[in-house]
Amino acid sequence: MEKRTDLWGTLTDPLIRQNPVTLQILGICSALAVTTTLATAVTMSISLTVVLTLAAGFVSVIRRHIPDTIRLIVQIVIVASLVIVIDQILQAYFAEISRALSVYVGLITTNCLVLGRTEAFARHHRPLPAMVDAFGNGLGYSLILIVIGGLRELFGKGELFGIQVLPLADAGGWFTPLSLMLLAPSAFFLLGLLVWAIRSLLPQQVEAREHTPPLRTEPAE
Amino acid sequence: MAARNWNPWLRLLALPNESRTKTVLVAFLVSAVCAALVSGATVALRPIQTANRAAEEQARIAALVEGIPGMATLLEQSGGALSTVVINLRDGRAAADVTPATLDAALSDPGNWTALDAGQDLAGLGQRPDYAQVFLLRDGDSVSLVLLPLSGQGYGGRMDAILALRGDMNTIAGIAVTQHSETPGLGARIEETSWQASFPGTELRDDGGEMRFRVARGPASGVHEVDGITGATRTGRGVTQMVRFWLGPDGYGPLLDAIERGEF
Repeated sequence: MEKRTDLWGTLTDPLIRQNPVTLQILGICSALAVTTTLATAVTMSISLTVVLTLAAGFVSVIRRHIPDTIRLIVQIVIVASLVIVIDQILQAYFAEISRALSVYVGLITTNCLVLGRTEAFARHHRPLPAMVDAFGNGLGYSLILIVIGGLRELFGKGELFGIQVLPLADAGGWFTPLSLMLLAPSAFFLLGLLVWAIRSLLPQQVEAREHTPPLRTEPAE
Repeated sequence: MAARNWNPWLRLLALPNESRTKTVLVAFLVSAVCAALVSGATVALRPIQTANRAAEEQARIAALVEGIPGMATLLEQSGGALSTVVINLRDGRAAADVTPATLDAALSDPGNWTALDAGQDLAGLGQRPDYAQVFLLRDGDSVSLVLLPLSGQGYGGRMDAILALRGDMNTIAGIAVTQHSETPGLGARIEETSWQASFPGTELRDDGGEMRFRVARGPASGVHEVDGITGATRTGRGVTQMVRFWLGPDGYGPLLDAIERGEF
């Protein structure tokens, strides 16, 4: 029973409390780049979650036999191979979306989130908890991507999954699309607002200040 | 695991992680498994990807044809279909023994390729297939439009395009870039319709029959030029050379002559 709660915690912790994107600010490069529409955000989320879970599983299975000197290379080789396989599958079955994602699927290899989880967690845990942790982190990443992707598509085009939700002013409705939402800066704004909102609700996430402002001193004569 | 392997395998696992033998063997095994995985996926999925690319090319051809002014009516008059012909580039006639279905097989035979020497090889291809599949639109007895697949060397690698020529075989009716690996934001703008829009109406040769087409550096001046893309000079030159090669004597030149003589 206790083991089960433990696994449940491993799975749900990264959703909000330990979210890899908003708390650890990992993997935001792709989070900014692929969230112009919900469809690409969802595809990217699924790809990353699959890669992360499988990589964590593989690394965890051979964790006792990875020589320390080459452990990063071994992990990156495993992650990169999985990414290539996923990319090939996307190109074969989801050609349209694969073109929209362009290089960002390939860049999952260098996503710090993936290496972070295999290095920090999978290397020290049994395959099941490692995969559950990886899956949870994948879900946490997906959650943020889908929220940002949804907001950007909704306000940028008035659509969700390519279906018109808000009637456009051009077509006789009332909604004027915010084209800023389709540009990269808006993802920064949304991500920043999201981090701010989560840290206001969960103040324990607020980081300690790295610097304290100097005390005000009297100007020298 | 075979019984014979059992012992060495266990011995390997029992080695201390820091030993040199184990480091090398683990690295080798991981690479081997990953290589098998990647190659397996690539080989197994290649037919589907090829089919996808072919479908995409068909869609681009359709979009190219639709984008040419007056094409819709022309298509209706001709019964709504382009005819596909495999051309023997050596003599510019329809190939007798190769059909669109057997084209791939024919092109996998190195005997059906012609090596190009440095003087001929404007497009940087090295060799040229002897057969190519082109699309013709007939208006009565004459050809009113021909779609020619081109390939050449850009800045980042190979580029493929389809060029549409009007019935005079001198006026460009449109272009579609089907594949390229140019720099995103610079050379990759060749796939944008706003750039491709400067092609229709451009003429290839002057009155003396001299090939004059080129991608300008900057805005086009004259009827033989199309606008260049700022920051993508090498890509523009690649497009120029590609068009000049394929519409010249070593490319579709014989075919264009044959069409002008009314042989199609």
